[in-house]
Amino acid sequence: MAEPGGLDRRRFLLRGLGLAAAPLVAGCDRLSESRWVAGILRAGEAVTHGVQRTLTWRRALAREFPESARSAVFPGNGTTDPGTAAYQALAASGFAEWRLEVRGLVERPARLSLPEVRALPARTQTTRHDCVEGWSAIATWTGARMSALLDRVGVRPEARYVVIRCADLMSSGEGYYESIDLVDAYHEQTLLAYEMNGRPLPVAQGAPLRLRVERQLGYKMAKYVTAVELVERFDGIARGRGGYWEDRGYEWYAGI
Amino acid sequence: MTDAPSSHTWLYRHTAATRLSHWITVLCLLVLVPSGLQIFNAHPTLYWGERSDPAHALFALRALETDNEEMRGVTEIWGHRLDTTGLLGVSTEDGERVARGFPAWATLPGTQWLAMGRRWHFFFAWIFVLNALTFGLYALLSRHLTRDLVPGARDLAGLGASLRDHLRFRFPAGEPRYNVLQKLAYVSVIVGLGPLVVLTGLAMSPWVDATLPLLPALFGGRQSARTVHFALTWALVGFTVMHVFMVAVTGVLNNLRGIVTGWARVRHHGGGDG
Repeated sequence: MAEPGGLDRRRFLLRGLGLAAAPLVAGCDRLSESRWVAGILRAGEAVTHGVQRTLTWRRALAREFPESARSAVFPGNGTTDPGTAAYQALAASGFAEWRLEVRGLVERPARLSLPEVRALPARTQTTRHDCVEGWSAIATWTGARMSALLDRVGVRPEARYVVIRCADLMSSGEGYYESIDLVDAYHEQTLLAYEMNGRPLPVAQGAPLRLRVERQLGYKMAKYVTAVELVERFDGIARGRGGYWEDRGYEWYAGI
Repeated sequence: MTDAPSSHTWLYRHTAATRLSHWITVLCLLVLVPSGLQIFNAHPTLYWGERSDPAHALFALRALETDNEEMRGVTEIWGHRLDTTGLLGVSTEDGERVARGFPAWATLPGTQWLAMGRRWHFFFAWIFVLNALTFGLYALLSRHLTRDLVPGARDLAGLGASLRDHLRFRFPAGEPRYNVLQKLAYVSVIVGLGPLVVLTGLAMSPWVDATLPLLPALFGGRQSARTVHFALTWALVGFTVMHVFMVAVTGVLNNLRGIVTGWARVRHHGGGDG
């Protein structure tokens, strides 16, 4: 602890620094709120997306770790329990009544029970989960390969994106949703995961099913999945940017 | 050789390419550092390795509540705690005490707004990289790098003397060529700090990591890369502070005229190279 005199001097210096920085900060904040500045900055995302997709191998696998590298505690971020009456009823019955709806631009729309999802070609992988906030955690995931599901229902040629619908309602009352393109959807490590570290997915991690897109940030990996919908564009889905956080300013391309 | 310190001559010291690239870098750092602190504030803790295990934090800015329900800002380094209320951990935003890593005046945007911080950071990261690549190519092809920046054997022989002079605050001013400490500082930023800060940034990208798994491994894992990225930022800030100090004490107007117009007044050495 600094002595009182030192603290006063420090406060004085801090206030001085603050006063000097205030107009600059205020100016930059006004820039951040301006629509055209936000529009220009958005161009950065297009460049990152384009360059990363061009210079990297589309089928490259995210690094897989030994099980000994798992995190002791895996943070449950975002919704950790949807808490709605409908979800609670499903959870109470061990998700026996839960169905995964596959719809949109597909040849054969389907409604799959949890055992049917578990019967799809599966994959197990121990990977690192990177949150947009900055933290990383490692866990083992087992799930149905998204490519197997898509092959089963038949993707129509005009489909460009896979939209994931979720059971959790956010504070705004809107349901969480996310989307990925077909490059990610057909990637070997893209799963609809029903197991984490060898056990059924816990509620905090999105029971009964969550998305794993290993080369993108955590907010893409939607939990509490209820439907997989193939679309050509995002128009008409919530605010039209392809995801709950995307509608709130985050990048649709979360590879960085 | 006749030494006439009072005689000066005009020298075209900085080419247009150097000047332009210098000021683009200034703009980039003015955006990249505060937007980086904004991103850091979303999880103001640093670790080593691939994972962020809460029990093994190297560095953290925390907000703790005291027994009498007062919020104190605490900086934790390797388990040692420092009260930094007002600056780190807890600071004042719009007249109210809030829990946040770096204070509002140090971040871009000022309010906690991760999405916008990322947009500023990545946009200007591209400008920083393109500018650095262009300047690097120019410096190589024009021989600016080898002729003016990389210290030669004669420079290095004078390293001890130059260091002694600098430590006694006896700075060479108005010299036509960079002195050995200047050369070492500039070269270590151009081929060391600059590229490393970009590589540690890229190592945090899960997409890049899938194609180049060696990149995060090189730094000891993704969380280590984040820690190194943070440390390099402060090394760059330290360089900038020192650079601005040296500019100020060795003839601020002449130096500024040099980096704006290209022309500076230098000591005349009768044709020798100082």
